[in-house]
Amino acid sequence: MEKINVSMKVNGKNETLSVEPRTLLVHALREHLEYTGAHIGCSSSHCGACTVDMNGKSVKSCTIFAPQAEGADILTVEGIGTPDKLHVIQEMFKEHHGLQCGYCTPGMIMRSYRFLQENPNPTEEEVRFGISGNLCRCTGYQNIVKSIMAAADKLREESNIEKKEIA
Amino acid sequence: MDDVKTPSSEERKSALSGLGTSRKRVEDARFTQGKGNYVDDIKLKGMLFGDFVRSPVAHAKIKKIDTSAALALPGIHAVLTAADLEPLGLHWMPTLAGDKQMVLADGKVLFQGQEVAFVVGDDRYAVADGVALVEVEYDELPVVTDPFKAEMENAPILREDIADQKEGAHGPRRHPNHIFTWESGDKEGTNKVLDEAEVVADEMVYYHRTHPCPLETCGCVASMDKVNGKLTVWGTFQAPHAVRTVASLISSIPEHNIRIISPDIGGGFGNKVGVYPGYVCAIVASIVTGVPIKWVEDRMDNLMATAFARDYWMHGKISATKDGKITGLWCHTTADHGAFDACADPTKFPAGFMNICTGSYDIPVAYLAVDGVYTNKAPGGVAYRCSFRVTEASYFIERMIEVLALKLGMDSAELRSKNFIKKEQFPYTSALGWEYDSGDYHRAWDKALEAVNYKKLREDQAKQLELFKSGKSRKLMGIGLSHFTEIVGAGPVKNCDILGLGMFDACEIRIHPTGSAIARLGTISQGQGHATTFAQILASEIGIPASDITLEEGDTDTAPYGLGTYGSRSTPVAGAATAMAGRKIRAKAQMIAAYLLEVHDDDLEWDVDRFVVKGAPEKFKTMKEIAFASYNQAIPGVEPGLEAVSYYDPPNMTYPNGAYICVMEIDVDTGVTEIKKVYALDDCGTRINPMIIEGQVHGGLTEALAISMGQEIAYDEQGNVMTGTLMDFFVPTAWETPNYETDFTETPSPHHPIGAKGVGESPNVGGVSAFSNAVHDAFKPFGLTQAHMPHDHWRVWKIAKDLGLHN
Repeated sequence: MEKINVSMKVNGKNETLSVEPRTLLVHALREHLEYTGAHIGCSSSHCGACTVDMNGKSVKSCTIFAPQAEGADILTVEGIGTPDKLHVIQEMFKEHHGLQCGYCTPGMIMRSYRFLQENPNPTEEEVRFGISGNLCRCTGYQNIVKSIMAAADKLREESNIEKKEIA
Repeated sequence: MDDVKTPSSEERKSALSGLGTSRKRVEDARFTQGKGNYVDDIKLKGMLFGDFVRSPVAHAKIKKIDTSAALALPGIHAVLTAADLEPLGLHWMPTLAGDKQMVLADGKVLFQGQEVAFVVGDDRYAVADGVALVEVEYDELPVVTDPFKAEMENAPILREDIADQKEGAHGPRRHPNHIFTWESGDKEGTNKVLDEAEVVADEMVYYHRTHPCPLETCGCVASMDKVNGKLTVWGTFQAPHAVRTVASLISSIPEHNIRIISPDIGGGFGNKVGVYPGYVCAIVASIVTGVPIKWVEDRMDNLMATAFARDYWMHGKISATKDGKITGLWCHTTADHGAFDACADPTKFPAGFMNICTGSYDIPVAYLAVDGVYTNKAPGGVAYRCSFRVTEASYFIERMIEVLALKLGMDSAELRSKNFIKKEQFPYTSALGWEYDSGDYHRAWDKALEAVNYKKLREDQAKQLELFKSGKSRKLMGIGLSHFTEIVGAGPVKNCDILGLGMFDACEIRIHPTGSAIARLGTISQGQGHATTFAQILASEIGIPASDITLEEGDTDTAPYGLGTYGSRSTPVAGAATAMAGRKIRAKAQMIAAYLLEVHDDDLEWDVDRFVVKGAPEKFKTMKEIAFASYNQAIPGVEPGLEAVSYYDPPNMTYPNGAYICVMEIDVDTGVTEIKKVYALDDCGTRINPMIIEGQVHGGLTEALAISMGQEIAYDEQGNVMTGTLMDFFVPTAWETPNYETDFTETPSPHHPIGAKGVGESPNVGGVSAFSNAVHDAFKPFGLTQAHMPHDHWRVWKIAKDLGLHN
């Protein structure tokens, strides 16, 4: 099949890929680039293991063609923190045992990342609804919810400190 | 001057993060950063992809397979069929249950989704095109999906290859579709008790077919290095060593030339115990093409073809005196094993440990018979987050207890309490022959009833029932009780093996000169956090901080032989091996310390992380000092270095147990169920890491919730899988999942070196009964005795309708 060039920004870096037009975004990220954080659990948008951030929205990268991401700004789990300084959400998942086998974790963290910007001060019920597009088979969600609530608190604290500093 | 105060024993103990601490997981740094290494993350130079052409029908002769169009497609390198595998003797493979299974369809197909041809191409897209171009002509045959119809006189014969064999791996076969009869207990004695009993409850309890559905599907990368003659296979293997031995036996590649690596595994739950056609085909394709081959199934492949769980029709009779003392238990199970008997059980146990079905109760006499039959369904009965058939057994007895309580007009909490095995009866030999190691069921039960305020719950329920009856509410309240006893940690080599391999496990420890260590085990974590918890066991045994111990599993070239991780066996068996290997290290360390301190070994005592001269606390050698000495001192009679290995053959199984209670609200008009409370008390013996235990309980309860309330692998009469995607196959989201209350009692196992029993599967075993019993309990006042799972909204609505509650 003919290949086409697709350009996108991934974790702040400009990338141009030569892919078949039918290539799914998740395969573009995992196989054409080196971002294997997004996982494939169902290939049908049900499990959310492939969740990444695209132009400021959570998307399931298994049901988006790579060409649909032309010009897009993509953020994956590899792009939100560094080994020396994890993102608060990553820290809180570690702290509150929000993961076991780790397979859903990158998608869960990326959904939380976006969700907490959509709703920085959520109730537990809102968190549960907010992540209901992401399946986990290990944790029973209780500690994932706890991790996200804790991350929300920390992020609000940080943003209050920033606001005070600006004032 | 040395004015630094020596930390106290307690301070030093706490610094180890050993047994009993909620140590944070060492695995999480890589997983939270997307740096796990799962099988689909593996990329090798020149790697090709493989995928299956699968049967769209459940039973058919194959008239013709035409691969020419697929082979003509650019990017397709090979298409394998049974005809290609036959010269290698690999078109069939042995199963774990003593049967054999087609790797690729050999003349016929026996279930929908069966592997027919294996297409190899440049990438997964090219392969998908190739798969679509393989033309297969099927001549359809009558289909059997009902196990009770399988043994009828005129039933279509499914396994024509063994139609004439009167003897199977587990004794006589009475019909071409019959696999085995397995019996346990005293048939005559039980019948006599039932005949003479004051009260007998008789019920059919069905535990439906479902699937473990780990979030990561099964897959592998096979790489045959023709230069060195070495085959390496990375794969989703819960038992990498067993896979190596099986691969060697069926491929004739010498075992030392096979290296099996289980990288990070995205959940297993039993699904990744078996050997599947995809592994065999990837290996053959790598040998044929000379390049690495990746096979990773998609979700539909996984749900349709790669194993299943349960599918037991359990007919039970339980007898008791009028005042509720149980006198006997009888069970006949019809086990639907699908097209090939590929159940993953220890060899001598074709129905697993189903004979733990006397549960937590002191039942004087019992009899169990299990008949396995073939149907046109997927093969591979695996223990989905339970030890072998233990959740079936537990669900059976917990339903029978409820049905008996109904018959007796007795509260089922009281009936349980009246019949529990008493603390002083342990070790307790059950009527079906198991020796329960330890337990204190009454204490756990009383604690649970008190924690939920059981009496008040029953009062609330009665009030709700009044509101319903008077037309003021359309909701009912159900209280689901469950007490379970598991049998895990398979197992003693004297009676537990898989394909002749005794079910021991192993740990090898190497202490480095600077006092840190590496430990390798024969198990493999799939989310259980072994790297965290086994280091804790070791920290407490050898006094090296858990954070200074690297733990490795899953590479057969480096790890000692073990039978892998399933059936909650890692802690009972490999955990014991870890403790025992640690003790060997300590024994040698004691000799070194004695030499260094110039005293006799017997004059030393162990204190957390050091050997201290008895009566002279200022004279000691820490493990760190001893480790260095072992590398730099010539000690008479002692070899240099500090290493140990232990192969641990457990003397008995362990018997984790617990008390679970669920409170549920049911909308009679819609069938919608709402979980109001779940309380789970577990007794898993010594607790290694409470944080991880609690996490495991949450997860197992959620899988139990799924199974009991909606999850199933359903077939129509033509053998079509009706639940082959996550649209139809229920996996609860955060929205449907409640919060859980966890609790514990701690009754150590007397035969395990650290008293631990295993916990990962308890919540699935105990949870299913608690959820299902809650549904039954809600409708009890209207005459419901038994309604089969899963209790999805439609089925619950149907219960209400059939009971006349919609008028």
